[in-house]
Amino acid sequence: MTRTRKPGVSRRATLAMMGAGAVSFATPWVARAQAKTIKVGMPTILSGRVAQLGTSSRNGVMLEVEKVNAAGGLAGRQIEMVIRDSKGQPQEAARVARELVNTDGCEILIDAEASSGAFAVHEVARDLGVLCLHTNSETSALTADPKQHIPNAFRTARQGVHDSIVGGSYAATIAKAKGLKKWATCSPDYAYGRDTTAEYVTYLKRFAPDIEIISESWPKLFQPDYTEVVTKILQAKPQALYSCLWGGDLTSYIDQANIYALFSQMEVFAVNMADYTALTVVKNLPKGIHSGNRYIKTYPATPENAAWGDAYKAKYNEYPTNWSWENATAIMLLAEASKKANSADGKKIAEALRGLKIKSPFGADGTVTMRAEDQTLVGYAIGWGTTIPQEPYVPQVQAGDWKTIFELEAEWKKSKGYT
Amino acid sequence: MDLDALTGCLASSACLVTQTTSGFIIGMLLFLVAVGLTLIFGVLKVVNFSHGAFYMFGAYFAMTAYQFSGSFALAMLCGAAGTAILGLIFERIFMSRVYGADVLMQLLVCYAFVLIFDDVVRMIWGPEFKSMGMPAAFQVAPLFIAGGVVPPYYLLLIGVALAAAMILGLGLARTRIGKVIRAAAHNPGMVSALGINTGLIYGGVFALGGMLAGLAGALAAPVRSLTPGMGFSVLIESFIVTVIGGMGSILGALIGALLIGLIRSFGSLGFPLFTEGLMYLFMVIVLVSRPTGLFGKEVA
Repeated sequence: MTRTRKPGVSRRATLAMMGAGAVSFATPWVARAQAKTIKVGMPTILSGRVAQLGTSSRNGVMLEVEKVNAAGGLAGRQIEMVIRDSKGQPQEAARVARELVNTDGCEILIDAEASSGAFAVHEVARDLGVLCLHTNSETSALTADPKQHIPNAFRTARQGVHDSIVGGSYAATIAKAKGLKKWATCSPDYAYGRDTTAEYVTYLKRFAPDIEIISESWPKLFQPDYTEVVTKILQAKPQALYSCLWGGDLTSYIDQANIYALFSQMEVFAVNMADYTALTVVKNLPKGIHSGNRYIKTYPATPENAAWGDAYKAKYNEYPTNWSWENATAIMLLAEASKKANSADGKKIAEALRGLKIKSPFGADGTVTMRAEDQTLVGYAIGWGTTIPQEPYVPQVQAGDWKTIFELEAEWKKSKGYT
Repeated sequence: MDLDALTGCLASSACLVTQTTSGFIIGMLLFLVAVGLTLIFGVLKVVNFSHGAFYMFGAYFAMTAYQFSGSFALAMLCGAAGTAILGLIFERIFMSRVYGADVLMQLLVCYAFVLIFDDVVRMIWGPEFKSMGMPAAFQVAPLFIAGGVVPPYYLLLIGVALAAAMILGLGLARTRIGKVIRAAAHNPGMVSALGINTGLIYGGVFALGGMLAGLAGALAAPVRSLTPGMGFSVLIESFIVTVIGGMGSILGALIGALLIGLIRSFGSLGFPLFTEGLMYLFMVIVLVSRPTGLFGKEVA
């Protein structure tokens, strides 16, 4: 009878591994520094109702990682992305993030979680001291609140308060021009909906003090039917309506409000309308809905932005989302900071990131800046415009003014006791 | 709380008409889902926890048929017929095996299929939300009845649902098949002993329940966004409806669904922050005062 090898690890391989293990244990830092690749961990939402956004985050990252790797990687080390599903649950996001660093040996984290998960990952970053880039959470407090501040965490996403300032001032201009005094709001009943609406109304009233909110509706998140909300708003007869419904909720709302001819009876301001996921899905998009830019390839109207949007579409067969550009920006910043520091070390990259200004297709003036004081992205393209039912969907975007944003943001921070 | 808005609305005919029709719209779609649920429970004694999936499939079938044919009528037909066939297959292959088992086992099988069906939809149609779009025929200005706003599409929707309720009610009460179904609900052993194929009846009832939910999904498709998992929230409300109306009662499902619809439409005026709560509160009151539901004694 011939001896057959048992499946599993052979004695020789075991010895070799033990030897290698001994060497790396003896000199761990040398082994790490000479490693060819650098692992970057990324918890994001790849299943459940908002999986589409998580996938678009991954796509945004991979599109840029390929370019960085082709150009030599981070200080000569190729980036290896380790992307895990958090299912959109904060505790799962925290667990995954910890595991990515401790078990998988990731040296940098891209936190592509929604706000709920981002605060959980933030605590992991605080604990482990690993370089962490928040790419999706727009909740202002994440970087504005000094209690949250840690030297190794950055945000490469929009910030809620920026959007509210620009949205409020845009709406106030139109309100004054058209005499829109009576307003209604309709937003989803959870932290994002409540906070965003409150901030928006604050700035709307600041720029146009004689505005009055005559009706508020708070439908549940993911509510299938909005009929009672639609008719309630029709009863109140406001001149304008603000909503921060998003995704499938927004498209349902539009379909249901459409057959009541709601859009012909008032001006509608829907901050999340101008995102391709919503624009391409609605079949009978009414003309003239006011929206903030989330991601559209025609704003900023530069060849770089159009080329980026087209390259994404060519590769993934769909248009990028707001989360796509925010994640792509994280990789662009990482690459540039690593070049400047001439290192792939997290601490050195963090040092280089503070105050770093890079060329970007998504910048209001062709550049974006990682502001040093609170480590959050500024200078990105931000504006409002009205939608039409076919490409380019938002033909003219009125740009937000960053000077005003900075002034009012500083004032807001003071009022919150942040500075 | 905003009682002024509520009393103001009750005093104006325009508001009354608008909110009442809005309540009927919400209620009628709920009724179509809930009546299948209650019918299946009444005859098969199974709580079909996966019932929301048929609503979802109805909507997706309708959207696909509409995209290929452009015909709204065909879309409705496909939504209803497709889910009927699906219901029949599901009942014969899977549900029929757990009739004797305990409730926990039935719930587990149903819940497993909630997840499986959601994933099947995700594989076929993709994870992102879809919209069917309103057929051109209904893209018209809303009607004004006594000053109230009523979209024509919703009139159709209410009409179809009412017709379904009447056909179902009369069918069960007056026809031979209806009598057999009622007998099977009462005493399946005796019906079987009389030489009637109870398996066929069970399959048929399940298919009918699935078809009604599918029809609801198809009718909702032009106005609601389609996502995997869309059946779940509808299912929860349908349970509330059946609990209020009484498990197994068709009239109960109709009344329960309309009450829920009206609570939502008027509640959102008077209690904007407590509309959801109002619904559950009503359920609690009914359960405490009549544990069998409003029409619980009737056997379908």
